[in-house]
Amino acid sequence: MYSILRTLWLTFLHLFHKSETVEYPEVKPYLAPRYRGRIVLTRDSDMNERCVACNLCAAACPTDCISLQAAEGPDGRRYPEFFRINFSRCIFCGLCEEACPTYAIQLVPDFEMGEYDRQNLVYEKENLLISGQGKYPDYNFYKQAGVDMGVKKKGEGENEEKPVDTKTLLP
Amino acid sequence: MHTAIVIVVVLLVVISIAAGLIWVERRLLALWQDRLGPNRVGPLGLMQVLADMIKIFFKEDWIPPFADKAVFIIAPAITMVTTLLSFAFIPWAPNFVVFDSNFGILFFLGFSSLGVYSVVLAGWSSNNKYSLLGGMRASAQMLTYEVFMGISLMGVVMMADSFSFSAIVKAQQHMWFFIPQFAGFVVFFIAGIAETHRLPFDIPEAEGELVAGYHTEYSGMKFGMFFVGEYMGITLISAIIATLFFGGWLGPSFLPPFVWFFLKTFFFIGVFILLRAGLPRPRYDQLMEFGWKILFPLSLVNLLVTAAVLLFIK
Repeated sequence: MYSILRTLWLTFLHLFHKSETVEYPEVKPYLAPRYRGRIVLTRDSDMNERCVACNLCAAACPTDCISLQAAEGPDGRRYPEFFRINFSRCIFCGLCEEACPTYAIQLVPDFEMGEYDRQNLVYEKENLLISGQGKYPDYNFYKQAGVDMGVKKKGEGENEEKPVDTKTLLP
Repeated sequence: MHTAIVIVVVLLVVISIAAGLIWVERRLLALWQDRLGPNRVGPLGLMQVLADMIKIFFKEDWIPPFADKAVFIIAPAITMVTTLLSFAFIPWAPNFVVFDSNFGILFFLGFSSLGVYSVVLAGWSSNNKYSLLGGMRASAQMLTYEVFMGISLMGVVMMADSFSFSAIVKAQQHMWFFIPQFAGFVVFFIAGIAETHRLPFDIPEAEGELVAGYHTEYSGMKFGMFFVGEYMGITLISAIIATLFFGGWLGPSFLPPFVWFFLKTFFFIGVFILLRAGLPRPRYDQLMEFGWKILFPLSLVNLLVTAAVLLFIK
């Protein structure tokens, strides 16, 4: 009996508590920087596309909503000929972002993607590609250790050791 | 002529209060759960009621092919009619009552007993297991609580020496009856919640167990009638508590009697909603046990003690 009255009293006191509701269209909720929202394709610091069309994101996608076609530029760099994400299927799981070896595909804190026409939810490459570096500024895949694609010389990349001269006896 | 005006006013006010309670309940519940509730449609969200009404009127009114059609249609009307008829006996102000019967309380108890038919028939005619279970629970619960709902009021009747609501209000000029009849008030209040099957005692509906209980198969305005009937039931029980135990329209004269009556009624409507916000639903057998083993003896003891004291004084 006491506990019932106490419950009622405590419930009544909630009349004077602050409401938790965020009145959405007027007040935007705070979204964390790593919020998994709309998917973008980023560029590196030289404003070149980061994507190398390796298809890992499409392979990782559990709903098969990513579709892309690889192509090779005159400098020998791979890039996607088209890159298409069907957001009416996307579940915003972020597996594509985890799979991406070049930090090209990223999820950003934006969820306001409502459309009246379902077809408008299919985003093409020009809709996805942004002219910024996203969450990893100053990262350039080609400047890391690896093959020379004209961006850096052999042995001059980040985390890369000088090539071993196999002709010498010195250690 | 006076009666005709009173009838129209009572009908309009009761039905609009019942509809408005949808908004009141949602807003109050929201506040007690640290939310805001409907606040978009119109000022303070008041037009939500209108929007809900328009919606429910235009919904498909579907009768399941396996249902007993005639009974299925009559059932929701019974709850509306019996609840509305009970309002005829409640005085809102001096000389503002549809039918100032000498047996107002008996009529009220009779109509609330008839209200059981609505629930039972709805559960039965739906031809659905959950509806039937809901209807069965409702009939058991309402018949149980009907018994000492009546007995708990007899103390008030003895003290006022009348079954008439107006006479009982007038008898409270010196002291509101909830002081001498506190046990009767408590028993009547709990029985009133069970009678309207409101939330702590909403096991006939029990959406966690029985989908929606006896009105699972109802849709459109037939469901709306159950809904409005429930809110009218809340208003009715609140009005009767205010009338019988809290002096009805009596009150300091700086406010007119109407206002006092509505203030008291709305206070108890608020308590009904607070109970919904605060308390969990008891188990079915706990409800019956609580009724028969605690409230029933309590109301009998209250009756006997009141009778003995009155006899001793006179």
